[in-house]
Amino acid sequence: MTGTFWHAARQHLTASAGARVSLGIIVALVVLAVIGPWINPNGLETLDWSSVAQYPGIAHAHWFGTDRLGRDLYVRTLEGARVSMIVGLVASAVSLVLGLIYGAIAGYVGGRTDDLMMRIIEILGGLPLIFFVIFLTVVFGRNEYLLFASIGAVGWLTLARIVRGQALSIRRQEYIEAAIASGAGTARIIYKHVLPNVIGPVIVYATLTVPQIILLESFLSFLGLGIQEPRASLGTLIAEGAGEMEAAPWMLLAPGAFLTLLLVSLNIFGDRLRDAFDAGAGR
Amino acid sequence: MFRYFLKRLGGAIPTLFIIVTLSFLLIRIAPGGPFDEEKLLPPEILANLKSAYGLDQPLWLQYAHYLRSLLHGDFGPSFRYKDFTVTELIAQGLPVTAEIGIAALILALALGMVIGVFAALRQNRAADYTVMTLAVLGIAVPSFVVLPLLGLLFGVYAHWLPVAGWEPGSIRHLILPVVALTLAPLAYVARLTRGSLLEVLQRPFIRTAFSKGLPLRTVIFRHALRPALVPVAGYLAPAVASIMTGSLVVESIAGLPGIGRYMVQGALNRDYTLVLGMVVLYSVVLIGAGLLVDLLYAWLDPRVGFER
Repeated sequence: MTGTFWHAARQHLTASAGARVSLGIIVALVVLAVIGPWINPNGLETLDWSSVAQYPGIAHAHWFGTDRLGRDLYVRTLEGARVSMIVGLVASAVSLVLGLIYGAIAGYVGGRTDDLMMRIIEILGGLPLIFFVIFLTVVFGRNEYLLFASIGAVGWLTLARIVRGQALSIRRQEYIEAAIASGAGTARIIYKHVLPNVIGPVIVYATLTVPQIILLESFLSFLGLGIQEPRASLGTLIAEGAGEMEAAPWMLLAPGAFLTLLLVSLNIFGDRLRDAFDAGAGR
Repeated sequence: MFRYFLKRLGGAIPTLFIIVTLSFLLIRIAPGGPFDEEKLLPPEILANLKSAYGLDQPLWLQYAHYLRSLLHGDFGPSFRYKDFTVTELIAQGLPVTAEIGIAALILALALGMVIGVFAALRQNRAADYTVMTLAVLGIAVPSFVVLPLLGLLFGVYAHWLPVAGWEPGSIRHLILPVVALTLAPLAYVARLTRGSLLEVLQRPFIRTAFSKGLPLRTVIFRHALRPALVPVAGYLAPAVASIMTGSLVVESIAGLPGIGRYMVQGALNRDYTLVLGMVVLYSVVLIGAGLLVDLLYAWLDPRVGFER
């Protein structure tokens, strides 16, 4: 991974209109989710009984309308989006850590260990993992830390494969040989030499898993197996909205549109990012 | 070819065994028993309940018993639906789920391939861009957003189709759920077909076919399509997984009495045996889909069976 790699990749990325637009939308949505609730007078749990199931508009205080209990949808959508984004980031970080450790060990140690570890990945990859996540919520009850962990545990497989590939090429480098010659142990070499050298491109790849994880979280929350009341995520809001759509369609449209926009732009940006990496690698 | 298939089959059985064992152990190490919520029960009755469900036996005996029942297609009693066994619940729900799932799979594959070929033949023209933009949307928008939206448009506003509900034999009730299930895999298949066909069209044997003076249609359908479909065949198992996953929400939203809804209800009720049975069932279906993919590979690319 040389300077020309990053240079070529960055050039390819900035040349793509899709990448620029989608990144702009992602940044806007994140900013909106972080500071948006404060530029509206309504609270997350405030019940405004004077305007129950109010339709959206900018003439009154509820820009996205309100739900059956008079809670403001603008604030709830943005708060829910923030929860979804945090889950996406934390669970991606979990899978990044798992994938890094697993992949680095498999790739650096190699041989039989590598064969066995990759075989395990292959088996896990063939399983209906989302059902296992549901299964875990059944067995251990529903709590948010478990949600982070189990979603993260699903996302690490691809990352482990990528890290392994990188580690395989690194172990033949001369500085590894030098480290072995100077008496460094396997654990130390992985920690000091392999991990720092694979982490850059892998973090970029990890961003590709963020939309998948946000989708998975919303899916579980939609079914009532993820984020629990009184907290809201985009999934729980869409579930509420789907139940009320005949009387108050905006309850479905506001969080649905937000999630759609977020997922579409994350996906487009991820695609362009992968293209840019391929271009950087000269493929 | 046959040996190749046997080898694949041999690989699938240990996988299934691991799934069953892992799921079984997870349930047994879970904190709290299935009867925790029935707090008012006196200890004698609780003990009776446990012995009725075999929970007082040693772990290895329960495991052996469970394995033997599984081999007989018996998933054990449901802990919540007291009068039903898990097998009965599955037998009730499976036809509905299979009906919408298979319809969605066939639609996604057939339409996806047609659209993919169409887009590839109009590469970098307006039609291609339109189709591929729609495909990005189709992949990114989750089914639990699509189905309520479809219900809103075609049900609440247009009154063409029922928003939710189910009647035996009624196809009108299944249209919107099937469409919602189809979109994501359809978009994916279209994208895969387009990309792979474009790549195949660059190969020398295609140039040879054109230089023989063959018309475009013959080149595409006789020569290019078969190798181009290899990645699409590889997507079959993920497509089945995507449709099974989608059926969880789609059945819940549309109120269809399929196994997806039982799975969700079972998960919300912490019905251990029901969820365990469903996980095993879904795994079997997915592993079966994987085997089918291997067979398809061998058919699409005859070199596959002879490797190694």
